[in-house]
Amino acid sequence: MAIEKKNFSRRDFIKHTSMFAGGVVFVSLMNPMKVVYATKKPEGKGKWYGIAIDIEKCIGCANCARTCKIENDVHKEPFFFRNWVEQYTITNDDEILVSSPNGGIDGFEQPVPEEDIYKTFFVPKMCNHCAKSPCTQVCPVGASFESPEGVALVDQTYCIGCGYCVQACPYGCRYIDPEKGVVDKCTLCYHRLKDGLDPACMMACPTHARIYGDLNDKESEVSLFIKEHNCAVLKQQLNTVPKLYYNALSQEVH
Amino acid sequence: MDKFETLYEALANLDGFIYPNEIALNWDLLIVMYPYITGLVAGAFILASLNRVFDIKALRPTYEISLLTALAFMLVATMPLISHLGQPFRFYEMLITPHLTSAMAIFGFVYLWYLMVVLLLEIWFDYRYDMVIWSGEKKGFMRFVYRALTLWVLDTSPESRKTDEKIGYFITVVGIPSAFLLHGYVGFIFGSIKANPWWSTVMMPVIFLFSAMVSGIALVMFIYMAVNYLRRQKTDIFCLDTIAKYLFYILIIDFTLESLDQIHRIYEADESFDILKLLVRGKLFFTFFIMQIGIGTIIPLSVLGFLQFKKPRERIRKILYLIVSICVLVGIFYMRWNVVIGGQLFSKSFYGFTSYKVDLIGGIDVWLSVLWFVIPFFILAFLLWLLPPWKKAEELPHE
Repeated sequence: MAIEKKNFSRRDFIKHTSMFAGGVVFVSLMNPMKVVYATKKPEGKGKWYGIAIDIEKCIGCANCARTCKIENDVHKEPFFFRNWVEQYTITNDDEILVSSPNGGIDGFEQPVPEEDIYKTFFVPKMCNHCAKSPCTQVCPVGASFESPEGVALVDQTYCIGCGYCVQACPYGCRYIDPEKGVVDKCTLCYHRLKDGLDPACMMACPTHARIYGDLNDKESEVSLFIKEHNCAVLKQQLNTVPKLYYNALSQEVH
Repeated sequence: MDKFETLYEALANLDGFIYPNEIALNWDLLIVMYPYITGLVAGAFILASLNRVFDIKALRPTYEISLLTALAFMLVATMPLISHLGQPFRFYEMLITPHLTSAMAIFGFVYLWYLMVVLLLEIWFDYRYDMVIWSGEKKGFMRFVYRALTLWVLDTSPESRKTDEKIGYFITVVGIPSAFLLHGYVGFIFGSIKANPWWSTVMMPVIFLFSAMVSGIALVMFIYMAVNYLRRQKTDIFCLDTIAKYLFYILIIDFTLESLDQIHRIYEADESFDILKLLVRGKLFFTFFIMQIGIGTIIPLSVLGFLQFKKPRERIRKILYLIVSICVLVGIFYMRWNVVIGGQLFSKSFYGFTSYKVDLIGGIDVWLSVLWFVIPFFILAFLLWLLPPWKKAEELPHE
């Protein structure tokens, strides 16, 4: 068995490599352009939860954020939120100022004098429960998953705390629980939904700016709201297909 | 309050607006070390392959050193990742229940493939004959150790050596795409995050790959000189010149790719451009322009470029190579830093920044990172003692 490296080593290398690459291409062709999303919308009559927030009705009281912290035992420190409120102020000089002191829980201040304000409004934020959620896509162990009703959830007994989903969420809705070492996020109060109760934030809103319900049911309150109002979602270009719809959403909001 | 002290400090020093959950920096220095160490492995291996597959004889003195360096770093490559987990003892879940749509889930398999199938096998076939010989020379426990390492395959016939060589060669051929896979894959972990415009580029795996080659080659260059210095042996200057030549070429490709990425961003100037511009000019100015581009790229490129045309005295060249290898290693570290930390300093709202302070005294991540970087050198020292390349038998003459 002679080893004739000198004569054909490069050719041999290219041959082996292209065989390997060809194999990879072949395998990927077997399943062309399959999108690697974690969940699918249920067929049939299953519920498919969506949320609508009417920015015109939000008064920035942050009752939603406050109630959420109590209901879900979220850490009181101002670094952990399942739910928060942002204040946008656009000045007459087109400057955009955004603030969310302690998620809005401590109340808002308006540093810009009234005559300099072009417009100002509040935007409540929470998990968008995306239909093509990037957070569940990237979870290496499948601890982040979507319920059959389209609610993005985390199995905290299984989460390894790698934080990849925190990076993958474009909306900043996830955080690592400093005590448990696992990820935490809005569950749309899944524990309450299961008992036929409304999510805490929905109940706490004094102006009924927040609505949720079954998007599959075209007569549900949320479906009718989306039908009757000119709603938009956040960061539509990322194709995460959020199921959190905002009425009167300004383009400045990211 | 104490536990959150650094977070309160970060909160007090915000620039503009960031989402409240973004104040805590999720991936710290340990995640900087993870692509850094993995890159060193892939780069060192590719240097070894240059010698073996492409038959570049001048690189022969570094062949075993490259392989053993790759192994030493590979053995700790997962540790920064595991020690960073919020639940480190659940890491095995990634191996037994991988979620296949996740880019991270496959790392364990890519890692094991590379460690078991490529590195260990190649080293074993390369050293098998020598280990048989050494087991005959040693007595007592070490005799048993070398015997065990040969897996009791004690054949020393020329035919068996030829078979070793042939299989080793085949493994190297498989190993090159594997090394590409290993580090291109690490780049994909970042490049596939569409939520983060600083990471989300199709160039990321390619850039990671070439920066890995650059850092691995620089590391082997450094270790080769250091080992010879410690052993009071003469360093083969022709070998160093050749390594430097390849380092120069690959550094040019690496720099071109990274520049292309930046130029593309600047010219396209999409919605994230304003915040990224502020990021690079502000929070990343020192680590990006001074450390990554200045020290890590411009200086090595200039020195190596100069040496391609003019060859000063051997002693001067050696000093220059030493400086260049350290510059490159520092530069690539900061490249990883700029990717990992830089990608988390700006808010995904595009309206502001947070800051990351390396707390040198209190930060557990800093100590762990240093630990995971230092341990491979001890492993390497042990491997060089156990499997000394300089005591290997003469190679079979090529027919």
